[in-house]
Amino acid sequence: MEILSTLPPELIRMVFAVIIIISFIFLNAIMMGYLERKIAGHVQRRPGPMEVGSHGILQLVVDGVKLVGKELLIPVNVDRTLFRLAPILSFTPVILPLLVIPFSEKLQARDLNLGLVFIVSMTSINVMAILVAGWGSNNKYSMFGAMRAVAQSIAYEIPILLSMLAVVLMTNTFSLKEIVGAQQNIWFIVLQPLAFIIYIISGVAETNRAPFDLPEAESELTAGFHTEYSGMGFSLFFLGEYTNMFTVASVATVLFLGGWHGPPLPYGEYLGFVWFFLKVYFLLFFMIMIRWTYPRVRFDQLLNFAWKYLVPFSLANILITAVVVKL
Amino acid sequence: MYPSIMRESQFQEHNRFFLNMGPQHPSTHGVLLVVLEMDGEYVLDPQPILGFIHRMHEKMGESRPCQGFMPNTARMDYVCALPYNHGYVSLIEKKAGIEVPKRAEYIRVITSELNRVASHLLWLGAYLLDLGAFTPILYGFDDREHILDILEDITGSRLTYCYYRFGGVTQDIDDKFVDATRVFIKRLRKRFDMYEKLVTKNIIFIKRTENIGIISRDMAIRYGITGPNLRGSGIAYDIRKNEPYSVYPEFDFKVPVGQRGDCLDRYMVRVCEMEQSLRIIEQALDMLPEGPVRSKVPKNIKLAPGDCNFAVEAARGELSYYLVGDGTSVPYRLKIRVPSYSNLSCLPELGEGILLPDLVSIMGSLDLVIPEIDR
Amino acid sequence: MKRYFSDLFVGGKSLVEGLGVTLKAFCQPIVTVQYPREEIDITPNFRGHIDLVLDPEKNTFRCIACGMCERSCPSECIRVEGKKVEGKKKKTLALFTLDFTKCSLCGTCVEVCPTQALEFSNEYNLAAFSREAFHYDILKRLEERIL
Repeated sequence: MEILSTLPPELIRMVFAVIIIISFIFLNAIMMGYLERKIAGHVQRRPGPMEVGSHGILQLVVDGVKLVGKELLIPVNVDRTLFRLAPILSFTPVILPLLVIPFSEKLQARDLNLGLVFIVSMTSINVMAILVAGWGSNNKYSMFGAMRAVAQSIAYEIPILLSMLAVVLMTNTFSLKEIVGAQQNIWFIVLQPLAFIIYIISGVAETNRAPFDLPEAESELTAGFHTEYSGMGFSLFFLGEYTNMFTVASVATVLFLGGWHGPPLPYGEYLGFVWFFLKVYFLLFFMIMIRWTYPRVRFDQLLNFAWKYLVPFSLANILITAVVVKL
Repeated sequence: MYPSIMRESQFQEHNRFFLNMGPQHPSTHGVLLVVLEMDGEYVLDPQPILGFIHRMHEKMGESRPCQGFMPNTARMDYVCALPYNHGYVSLIEKKAGIEVPKRAEYIRVITSELNRVASHLLWLGAYLLDLGAFTPILYGFDDREHILDILEDITGSRLTYCYYRFGGVTQDIDDKFVDATRVFIKRLRKRFDMYEKLVTKNIIFIKRTENIGIISRDMAIRYGITGPNLRGSGIAYDIRKNEPYSVYPEFDFKVPVGQRGDCLDRYMVRVCEMEQSLRIIEQALDMLPEGPVRSKVPKNIKLAPGDCNFAVEAARGELSYYLVGDGTSVPYRLKIRVPSYSNLSCLPELGEGILLPDLVSIMGSLDLVIPEIDR
Repeated sequence: MKRYFSDLFVGGKSLVEGLGVTLKAFCQPIVTVQYPREEIDITPNFRGHIDLVLDPEKNTFRCIACGMCERSCPSECIRVEGKKVEGKKKKTLALFTLDFTKCSLCGTCVEVCPTQALEFSNEYNLAAFSREAFHYDILKRLEERIL
């Protein structure tokens, strides 16, 4: 314990924060996987997983054990380095954005004054991971899926950035802590409803969720860019996707829904994360419902929608915001 | 394996490659192999390859007495089996001059139309599953379960019915059937509103199906396309109206017709057909006469030398049986003309230069059931 | 230009309505049954494999071993054998087997039987480890029911 007292307290704090965040990511994936299957079941008038544990609570845990125990198949003629690199590349950068998100007034791993830019740059690495997976699989279908995913991600980055910029114009700062602080009196969803809608749609598209899930279009191209992955590789992609969804939802909460603001709680500075999580899971519920309701969009219609509808509207939104702020 | 399809000169272009929408694929509705020559994202020449599920039904029809072919009729198209039963039974009755009591004819029409509704519900769900929506198929199966329960009560089977016999049907219907059917009709009419909100008006669905896979009137006639595909292109030809059989002339129903011939029109035709089938069932239940359900028929039916043909309107189009008898009870030749064979044959022309998701959408809208093509 | 905006508004409205349908279905009760922990009652008209009818008066089968069912079966899955017993003029049934792997449940055997000795059972829970388990000995099944 003496060693611990010689280290700077900031380092100890960061280490603790990273450990908590990584364990939270796994917990979150389990919870979200369970939620997704139960919601899908009830939307389809059936119960979902019911066997493992009471009402299927342990289903995802058992699934995780199964995935870890599977043989890691590496097909012949693949580029071995790239094939093994892709899941790692897909999973690792998703941990980083969670370090700058303020879960409550005092619970934030690190408050960068360029927090928002950091988050956007980290989520863009996801595109590279998909490309590496598709190329390294030596499979026509995977390459197809990967190329589609790259075009889709690039197209939807821009509306995300522009809708975030609208909020930044109003608060004059990129730091997430101050953005939450500025929403004390009124949440930004009331002042910027259009930006919120554009952000949610682009966020869903960015994480390759239905109705924009062409890279993994099951009925057309078997499983797209992760066709050749089994066991742990597949589960890393899966974890990466759910964590990405969580990141998108939490950034939306921070920017538009007032972060951890809510009716006062005892130990409010720490327990503010209860309101934060309630809002995040409400948004995640909404994103899961969308997946099970709508059919898939065709690829050129997807790009059409991004470039012809979302980008002009978000640009117009910024223009109006800038004019109003100036006055 | 298929040398006539592969042409070596294509490999000069680096962008082109062959893709197998193989026999095992979630979207091909059966065991169908479609060899696609792709140029990047565009499909150049889809060639369907059949024969993976050929079970020699016609040969079986020619090697046993004609009354032993009944179970085979249901297994060719298992989704909509009763019209197949109907066609074969009517064929032998026409050939041997057997009279069918009125009540039996009405029961045949009611059960055939119920089966048609069940088939269209399954098609709707499967089509939307191809397009990527995962819930409408389960709503369709929920409705279909009621039909299957109703039909199970009188026929004894849920999918491959062997209910019709020469001269009538096996078992009479009772009040339980009539009440259950009326309750079901009311329920399904309410559910149509739900389907309209969830699917028909959905902008994503409309964008995936409008102006895609347009079958012109000329193309439809050239390929011999029948059924809802033909009616979606604007030609109002329905065997039940144009070459009526059984007691269909006594019912008042409309034949829905589309205008453009794209996937959305074919979808709308099938949805409207479901409503018209419900009308037929209601009228038949109201007009149901009393009487026997089966007339006396000799055990061994001898088929007189000569040929005979009978056509019915199955859920997918015109189904016709052609029989050549030679004096014994075993047919000399039994030929079955299935609707999906002609419907599938327009795929190479429709699929030239389109995107892959559009090909999936077109194949879904044609409502193919591969086991009936391969028999 | 007008189509641009009408697409957007009409489309957006349709998407919201669709979501309303799914939300409504989400709140409705489930329609499925947790099989095999709960089971649904099956209608008595369900066609399982055929069984010999236990005649209530004679307390035995009605079959006279005429072989009509064997001759009329299109899949040739029934075997009937009769044997001569002293003291009776006609044959008695000695063997009645059904190869259920070939049966198509058409009902021809039930209809052509002159004494209505066959009926459909209601068994739907059939699963076994070998093909021989589906070669049913119908006479033995009847004798087990008599006991």
